[in-house]
Amino acid sequence: MGVKNILKKILIEPLVIISRDKAGLVGFIVLLFILLLSFIGPYFVKLDTEVKLDKIYQFPSREHILGTDNQGRDIFSQIVNGGKDVIIVAFLAGLISTLIAVSLGSLSAYAGGLTDTVIMFITEIILTIPQFPLLAVLAAFVRLTNPTMLAFIIGFLGWPALARAIRSQVLSIKERDYIEAARVLDLGRIHIIFSEILPNMLSYIVISLIMAMTGAVYSQVGLIILGLVPFYGHNWGLMIQLAWTRGAIFYKGSIFYILSPIIAIALFQWSAVTFTRSLEGIFNPRLRAGE
Amino acid sequence: MSRFKRLISNYIFLRVLRAILTIFIVATLTFFIVRLMPGNPIEIYIGQLMSQYGMSFQDAKNQAAALFSIDLNAPLSKQYIIYMRNLLRGDFGVSFLSQGTPVALMISAYLPWTVFSVGISILISFTLGITLGMLSAYKRGSIFDHIMSTIAAILSAIPNYLIGILLLIIIGVQLGLIPVSAMRGTVSPGIKPGFTWIFIKDVFSHALLPIMTYVVSTVGGWMLSMKSSTLNTLGEDYVTVAKARGLPESRITFAYVGRNALLPLFTSLTMQMGFLMGGSALIESIFVYKGIGWALGASIAQRDYPVMQAVFLIITIAVIVANFIADLLYSKLDPRIKIGGE
Repeated sequence: MGVKNILKKILIEPLVIISRDKAGLVGFIVLLFILLLSFIGPYFVKLDTEVKLDKIYQFPSREHILGTDNQGRDIFSQIVNGGKDVIIVAFLAGLISTLIAVSLGSLSAYAGGLTDTVIMFITEIILTIPQFPLLAVLAAFVRLTNPTMLAFIIGFLGWPALARAIRSQVLSIKERDYIEAARVLDLGRIHIIFSEILPNMLSYIVISLIMAMTGAVYSQVGLIILGLVPFYGHNWGLMIQLAWTRGAIFYKGSIFYILSPIIAIALFQWSAVTFTRSLEGIFNPRLRAGE
Repeated sequence: MSRFKRLISNYIFLRVLRAILTIFIVATLTFFIVRLMPGNPIEIYIGQLMSQYGMSFQDAKNQAAALFSIDLNAPLSKQYIIYMRNLLRGDFGVSFLSQGTPVALMISAYLPWTVFSVGISILISFTLGITLGMLSAYKRGSIFDHIMSTIAAILSAIPNYLIGILLLIIIGVQLGLIPVSAMRGTVSPGIKPGFTWIFIKDVFSHALLPIMTYVVSTVGGWMLSMKSSTLNTLGEDYVTVAKARGLPESRITFAYVGRNALLPLFTSLTMQMGFLMGGSALIESIFVYKGIGWALGASIAQRDYPVMQAVFLIITIAVIVANFIADLLYSKLDPRIKIGGE
């Protein structure tokens, strides 16, 4: 399968079909908007760090679209500049989770027997351990000094549920005629997994990646709010944490300051879930009905 | 089949085995995290005692050993065995900060509140969610269905701690409907526990915001799952046959459709319990509701390692036990599970 074909399969085809699904389309547009705002926006809107005590807690105006915070800084500039780190960490973590999940899940389903039992047993056990407390405890030992480390820790714990889903996907594909044909032709295990099974799951893997990203946003922002991620920088989670720990959320006039990052994160999560849910429905109608 | 083989393939036996094994693995994991991580808490504590109180290394080491209830002079394998034996006896060591307080005592003070608030929330959320979900499925395509499904999709996508903060801001701060600071903690000071109206009212008013948060953030997910599960069931042959036999509509709705649509949701129930217990670290910290999640957040913030280690272990055990009970319930409801094995 050429690069062009793969692009067509995971980018163009979904877009054509998604334009027919209203909720999915809205989700896609919102998601695209947030991505553009967070990655292109910072080139146009610089982060406002200047403390202006005469301008604290201003309501939205032409000058400050979302008003100002407890130190008179522009909130809109903080929103524009606060998404990049959150999304990059989520993407990295999601990528790691998906890679582990795809490798273990497909190996487990394809190999079967003892390998399958062992992998699934480990998966079940990790799945039982409550993820957020484990992350929080690990964060207390490992100083999370940079975003990559945070992404790795979240990613390494986030794969079990996905691995299970991938396994059942592979199990169902495994039984289809063309796989049977490849096996009769003796094309080899590696070839069958990577050239026959996985390409047919590309759309499903993309969906899993986005879902893993939303999970990573949950853990990441949660850790930041608990004050367990002491690296510098500026992001939506940190905005909420500062507003919370400094008591700004208990002040009536701070509504735009605290609501802005919450809505930004909520919109990102909602649009990602809505977009993937309609993708899922398109690619795998049986799955949507079954779960 | 020999008796041994029958035991091995027994559903309940397998579940018990897995639960015990998971607890064992987590306990081992916490031991080695605390002992082997670079800059582990015991070394940090010894260093602190030496620099702050001018203790000799040996004295500091003895005090640290007492705190963690670990014999630091013994080889690691022996330390591990002692640690496990202490755990079995319910001895989790002593808190760093409130010196002299056994961790086990702290846990027994915090854990019931979390089990109470999370348990009630799941009950309310599950009942409400499946009712709304069935209604939506029966009225699919209607305005009710569209509005409910949209709201459900939005609510289930927002992280629960953000919903908690939103509730705090909107109900507590902006509208001023609830005295937020008076509702911190689990019981108001001076109120005696017992089966009195005052006590029960007080307990519920303190748990109100956490419960609302859990319910609001999970009810949408239940609704959507129940809706699609019901739609699936409605297409089954036995429902068509029941209709053809002229059974009363209410009987078909509850005994045929409802019961069968509910079954697949039970597996999510176990996942949800783990997720909520885990997320309680955030929710309880936001509302300063002093349950086990709050204790985890506080002990991590203050680096109170013995408490942190024990609280993490207890949360995990609570989740495993809850999962186990849900599994048993599920196998009672769906006998196919028990016969089919895994």
